Amino acid sequence: MTARTASSFFVTIILAVLVTVAYGWIAGILTWWVVLLIAASLVAALYLLPHRLRREMGRQTLIATPYFWLFLLFLVPFGIVLKISLSDIALAIPPYTPTLKDGFWTMLAGLDLENYAFIGAGAVFAAFVGLVALIGMFRVVYPRARRAMMGDARSGLFDSAAGALTALAVAVVNVALLVAVLSFLFPALAGFVDIPDFLYFAAYLSSLKIAVISTFLTLLIGYPIAYAMARSAEHWRPTLLMLVILPFWTSFLIRVYAWIGILSKEGYLNQMLMSAGIIGEPLTILNTNIAVYIGIVYTYLPFMVLPIYAALEKMDDSLIEAAEDLGCSALSAFWLVTAPLSKPGIIAGCFLVFIPVLGEFVIPSLLGGSNTVMIGKVLWEEFFNNRDWPVASAVAVILLLILIIPIVLFQRNQQEADQ
Amino acid sequence: MRKFSWFNATALTFGFAFLYLPMLILIIYSFNESRLVTVWAGFSTKWYGELLQNEQFLDAAWVTIKVAFWSSTCATILGTMAAYIMVRSGPFRGRGLFSGMIYAPLVMPEVITGLSLLLFFIAIGLDRGVVTIVLAHTTFAMCFVSVVVTSRLVSFDRSLEEAALDLGCTPFDAFRSVTLPIIMPAVVSGWLLAFTLSLDDLVIASFTSGPSSTTLPIRIFSAVRLGVTPEINALSTIMIALVTIGVITASLISRATSIKARADERAAEQS
Amino acid sequence: MAQPRPDTVFAPWDEPDAKPLIQFKNVTKRFGDFTAIDDLTLDIYAQEFFALLGPSGCGKTTLMRMLGGFETPTEGTILLDGVDIGPIPPNERPVNMMFQSYALFPHLTVWDNIAFGLKRSDMPKDQIGDRVEKMLKLTQLGKFAKRKPHQISGGQRQRVALARSLAKAPKLLLLDEPLGALDKKLRNETQFELMDIQETTGTTFVIVTHDQEEAMTVASRVAVMTEGKLAQVATPDQIYEAPNSTYVADFIGDVNLIEGTVEVQAKGAKPTDVSIKWSPTETPIDATSDTPPPAASTVTFAIRPEKVAISNERPEAANVMEGKILDIAYLGNISTYHVEVAPGLIIKAQATNNRRISRRNLTWEDHVYLSWTDTAGVVLTE
Repeated sequence: MTARTASSFFVTIILAVLVTVAYGWIAGILTWWVVLLIAASLVAALYLLPHRLRREMGRQTLIATPYFWLFLLFLVPFGIVLKISLSDIALAIPPYTPTLKDGFWTMLAGLDLENYAFIGAGAVFAAFVGLVALIGMFRVVYPRARRAMMGDARSGLFDSAAGALTALAVAVVNVALLVAVLSFLFPALAGFVDIPDFLYFAAYLSSLKIAVISTFLTLLIGYPIAYAMARSAEHWRPTLLMLVILPFWTSFLIRVYAWIGILSKEGYLNQMLMSAGIIGEPLTILNTNIAVYIGIVYTYLPFMVLPIYAALEKMDDSLIEAAEDLGCSALSAFWLVTAPLSKPGIIAGCFLVFIPVLGEFVIPSLLGGSNTVMIGKVLWEEFFNNRDWPVASAVAVILLLILIIPIVLFQRNQQEADQ
Repeated sequence: MRKFSWFNATALTFGFAFLYLPMLILIIYSFNESRLVTVWAGFSTKWYGELLQNEQFLDAAWVTIKVAFWSSTCATILGTMAAYIMVRSGPFRGRGLFSGMIYAPLVMPEVITGLSLLLFFIAIGLDRGVVTIVLAHTTFAMCFVSVVVTSRLVSFDRSLEEAALDLGCTPFDAFRSVTLPIIMPAVVSGWLLAFTLSLDDLVIASFTSGPSSTTLPIRIFSAVRLGVTPEINALSTIMIALVTIGVITASLISRATSIKARADERAAEQS
Repeated sequence: MAQPRPDTVFAPWDEPDAKPLIQFKNVTKRFGDFTAIDDLTLDIYAQEFFALLGPSGCGKTTLMRMLGGFETPTEGTILLDGVDIGPIPPNERPVNMMFQSYALFPHLTVWDNIAFGLKRSDMPKDQIGDRVEKMLKLTQLGKFAKRKPHQISGGQRQRVALARSLAKAPKLLLLDEPLGALDKKLRNETQFELMDIQETTGTTFVIVTHDQEEAMTVASRVAVMTEGKLAQVATPDQIYEAPNSTYVADFIGDVNLIEGTVEVQAKGAKPTDVSIKWSPTETPIDATSDTPPPAASTVTFAIRPEKVAISNERPEAANVMEGKILDIAYLGNISTYHVEVAPGLIIKAQATNNRRISRRNLTWEDHVYLSWTDTAGVVLTE
């Protein structure tokens, strides 16, 4: 018996069961004993099979269960989001049109890109393509520029800068050209490329900005902690590790909440600073971007510390000794040995912070003010406050599109680290 | 033994102060007498008493625990299956899609997961309530479980399973009597992780919950939006205490086990 | 054990009527583009202690895993007692395996590890205890029965693995580098224990090893493998004394290999005599071969260092060469001398150190003579 026979046999049984159940349901005769009968016959069929076939079927069932679950509750919902993002808002239940009730073909014909045009997806799309082009340039143009300038692979500050600048210039031209070409070649897309409502585009940009800056800040604070942990005495390390992991298990919401009391106008921080005489008037920190940065760095710090610590902990101490033996100062040994060896950890940590921060909702809505626009918050408000499901869906689709780049890069980094 | 350095000591002190001071302040002020949360007016446990009188919070806590229990249990079963498939099952049709679906929810923003599941539940006409939250939490938590279990399975000596087959086990018997007991610590920590994630989740629960199934994070979130209250401080303190006890116990147990294992090994080499 | 005994010689492979226990028939195993086993045919007989020997990556482990049922052949069939075992899953084969990593279940005691397979067989419950006790006694593990695998030493673990795989009294026991994880001294002792156990239980053993000494010590027959093929299958003494190729000669032990061409036979020579011209100026090497290669063909002459005598004065022998000592490797019981007999050609000669150092008279740069009889070496055409 081959796997193929087994699998088709399996599929046949499943289909038969489904048809029976569907018929029973429609005819209204689906009672408990029908279900029992089906279950019993399935079990019997399983035991009457030759063992090899049974094993193959066992394997198929094992694979099918989580597969089916994820398919139904992950992929299908996302398909629905995509469909609704192409629909129009309506005063109905559900609040969008067209739906399947209008007939399949009418529904299909009623779908359009209006929501995408509304949220300025054209600009986002152009920027997205530009970013991909930029990465492509870095991979293709930069090494060539460097090789052309130096004639060999020895690195210098000058040629790196020159190469990077070349790539950047090419990428910028690339994006500008693309936008121009898009709106020139397709007059129908002209409205698609310009931005009817700046809010959404600004939200994407400001999410990106906040994610980049807070990732950098987290790295700045996280690296010394990870480094100090890796260099501490061996018997201390499990305790330190536990201390870093502990906040990770505590409620995210509570940790963000803790900062409200600290940062508010009459909060502990202002009280302390004022009683120390450093400031005369309370500072406004809560409901500004600064509070958002503090909140992000605080809650995501473990995600940065852990991968860097893991990379540094693996490092052999004698490498530093060897570098110093070969004439490095302690500082240059750090730059030439420790830093490059912790690079996989740094990259992993940065992605682990950057990716979730981009879609963050809780922190900007609790610590941020009305000026803090982040895409997660926009999506939430669009859905719950404006009840505009189609636009919320379109925002979600675009957010996912933006996230694809860092996710793919992250996956690649992890694969390289594994090898 | 590494040299003690001022840089390291400073980094650790400030780092851990940053991580723990906010929580410490929260805990201290949960024992504040005054309703004005930022002014210390003497020690009192009255907010804990009020919390226990608060039906809304108690109901929400009960819903949350129910959801967390069922979703983490389902997630552990499905996640362990998924991990086993990814590590052991060899090639099959749609493997790429499968691994994509397992890893995507890990990096998917919660707003997207929540939105898509809600739209799905509405499309199939499933009423929102405890069931929908459990389904949603199971889906995203099973991915975390599968990552935890996968890392254990990868380091697992495959010949142990082969030995079990060789000694007459069917594949299922081999999994039950050899693989499962050995990966049990990872399965348990996967369950705990799924449980915590479910307890903690605000965004997905907000999308998928119905009017009768408000979870604790949703309750806390709506209360916190209005500012700091001593009841929330008390609630936070209880939750922090529970987690701390849990994590410290777990790490003490694991350390004791590893110390014992090391001692055993040393004794064995000498015997 | 399969050593020749005074009355009968255990050599079923020489009896035309003997029925093999295992037959590989044109078995090929490919992993993607890589061919691990290449059209291999082999018979193994009941009660043999059969060793698969070869460098890592030669396919020996794949061959064994196919017997265990963990790999299926891409082409060809494997018969056990005349039955094709291809479609039988590992748990239903009368074959047990001792894994290289021992694969002891860490969550079970030694006793439970040994009983593991028995509990899954038809054996009545009340007999399992007796069987386990018997295995514990056989491997001298009685007092460790209640311990977990991490609470015993490496050597004891090895014995638990052996006891566990023997407990079900399999028709065939597969041993994958069974002694690889032990230190040298323990390995030597355990080799003899293994041979004893094989003899007491009468089980057919197939052992995979990369250690030629181990294979030579324990096995009744050795199969030398290279790149998925069998280079030679023979008894240890045949493999050592009469290798069929330079590969086997070189792989087993130390050997001098001299390339040359066969000269036309002189008048009056025996048909088995071979004379090999290896240098335009020097005297040819005299050797014998049961299947003398034709004149002018290229051959390799292989001779073991211990069969080359070294002396200060020119001895009387069939082959004598003179040269200069370049190096001496002192190994305690013996010394190996590296002697340059012609530019670029170094021949190793071994001498037993039956005198103390100060009394020996060979040293660096000495001019010496190497000699051997005409039957001391082998003429190889491959």
